Amino acid sequence: MEVLLNQLFVGLSIASILLLVALGLTFTFGQMNVINMAHGEFIMAGAYTTYVLQTALGTGLITLSFGLALPAAFVVAGTMGLLLEFTVIRRLYGRPLDTLLVTWGVGLMLQQLARDLFGAQNVNVDAPSLLDGGVTVAGVSLSYPRLFIIAVVVLVVIVIAIYMQRTPAGRRMRAVMQNRPLAAVSGVRTTRVDRTTFFIGSGLAGLAGVGITLLGPVGPTLGLAYIIDAFLVVIVGGLGQLRGAIFAALALGMANSFIEYNTTASIAKAGVFLLIVLFLQVRPQGLIVQQRRGLAS
Amino acid sequence: MSAVAKLLPRRALKPSGFAVRFALVTASLLLLAPAVLSDFRLSLLAKFLCFAIIAIGIGLAWGQGGMLVLGQGLFFGLGGYAMGMHMKLAEAGPGQLPDFMSWSGVEHLPALWAPFRSAWVAIPAAILLPMAIAAILGAAIFRQRVRGAYFAILSQALAAAFVIVLVGNQGLTGGTNGLTNFQSFFGLSLASPQDKRILYFVVVIVLLVVFLATRELVIGRYGRLLIAVRDDEDRVRFLGYDPTRVKLVAYVLAAGVAGLAGALFVPVVGIISPALLGVVPSIEMVIWVALGGRTALAWAAAGAVVVNWAKTSISEQFPSSWLYLQGLLFVVVILFLPKGIAGVVDSLRGFAARVAVIGRPRLRTRAVSAPPTEKLL
Repeated sequence: MEVLLNQLFVGLSIASILLLVALGLTFTFGQMNVINMAHGEFIMAGAYTTYVLQTALGTGLITLSFGLALPAAFVVAGTMGLLLEFTVIRRLYGRPLDTLLVTWGVGLMLQQLARDLFGAQNVNVDAPSLLDGGVTVAGVSLSYPRLFIIAVVVLVVIVIAIYMQRTPAGRRMRAVMQNRPLAAVSGVRTTRVDRTTFFIGSGLAGLAGVGITLLGPVGPTLGLAYIIDAFLVVIVGGLGQLRGAIFAALALGMANSFIEYNTTASIAKAGVFLLIVLFLQVRPQGLIVQQRRGLAS
Repeated sequence: MSAVAKLLPRRALKPSGFAVRFALVTASLLLLAPAVLSDFRLSLLAKFLCFAIIAIGIGLAWGQGGMLVLGQGLFFGLGGYAMGMHMKLAEAGPGQLPDFMSWSGVEHLPALWAPFRSAWVAIPAAILLPMAIAAILGAAIFRQRVRGAYFAILSQALAAAFVIVLVGNQGLTGGTNGLTNFQSFFGLSLASPQDKRILYFVVVIVLLVVFLATRELVIGRYGRLLIAVRDDEDRVRFLGYDPTRVKLVAYVLAAGVAGLAGALFVPVVGIISPALLGVVPSIEMVIWVALGGRTALAWAAAGAVVVNWAKTSISEQFPSSWLYLQGLLFVVVILFLPKGIAGVVDSLRGFAARVAVIGRPRLRTRAVSAPPTEKLL
């Protein structure tokens, strides 16, 4: 029983991280069908933002700098995304595969930039002392950083859901996603909506970066470790579906946790991939599918 | 016309532009390069030509078939490991274990390794194993009409998973170090410059054969169908063809070619390790093809040589600037030169043709028609 609960918590913890890095992609990939491979580097930028704030404010104000890092990383990564959209991606709408390659190139340059700015060595970001330690519930030790990440994810999901469902901007975003030409003739300024979507999606990557600093040191290739998993979550969840992404992250996290418990970490990774391919045999469009009548996706 | 000439296809009778160009490239690879390049540079060129073999496969799957294959490192690696395992076992001698296994405390030869003792297993396995995996994965993915970016990400994830498994099984695969310290390859000593030259010729001949075979496939009926699937899969389906099968053939062949390249790469370079075949190297393989020209097989192969040559010479002098340059290469090539060097050469040719007709005013307006625009995916 304890083992089961413990693995459930590990799975939940993996799921929360997967969802955190994938949330931004449900916007840029899901809503706009832009495959932004530099998303991983936006996560890295968020992580380095935390580091920079912490070094600037000094060791006395770690909690404050961490709190400041959350909005700061959102803005930094969001602005980077906005720049990318404006300079590159805008020219490539309708060529998703080419977007993938171009943004990968941008990602490479950002990695090298991080190496030149902060050094090739990993840097350490101190967690706020509030998050030291953990609690033990029913024999399962829950560490505060992991609980904090879960809390952040839940909060962000709620905010996004409200934004998408209840605000005019969210409605416009959904309209553009569901039927771009129809949204355009109904008076929605699609280019502006695209830009907002991209800002939010990239900003969420930055937010994920702040969360990830709690898990280990920060390095220039941090993003690479998360980018593929993040895309897999979106693919399994179904394009542009917040609910789908949540379920997918949970499923992948749990699968990873339980396979890993019975075998090794490397087998778990491969096993999860196998499960994804098998799953796509049953539901090639992902868990939750937007109903469409057209043939082309 | 003699009886023999009648049997030959018409284009064989008079040398076409292609035949001349092919002969020139063959001559420079077989005669010129070994004469002018030092042993070190020649062995580098052999390595780049292995990459060119992969590039031809990518040109087939991506350029002609529209499938962005981001995980070719997996197939390259399978070929490389198959060959590497055989070479390790051949060097260890009958009944002995490869050196790295004893370091990791492995006492008995793992069952996975045993068949590779025979070259008759190892060499076919280097090509057929990648093809089999590509066939299974491709059939599963294409049958469900998972395509475009989904396919790209899945193929990439497969390469990532493969690397994780390789690294995780130190005793079986050599872990992050991979397989290295090779001494000989079917009687050729890998330390001797003379034998390395022979290896170079082997690579060149394999490359040329792979290129000619792929080109034959592409200019034939199948090639037309493949391009049709790339440009509009649904229409091809409505015409009564099965796009799944068409795509599968290209994907499986690309995998086999990558495996073959891996099998040659190991003796040429003397190492195969996870760092050579993960996500990052796999996507680099695509940029070679993008730079050369995704729709032109020969240029795709040339792209592999050009990019790697540039990488070697630039990173020798400015290690950090290569990474910026490589990133920039992705951006500039895809944004501004979507057809790569091949596209530049084509437009230069068009320009030359326009200049040539300036003297003949009546022809000027109609002489050169714009090339048909091709849809890029």
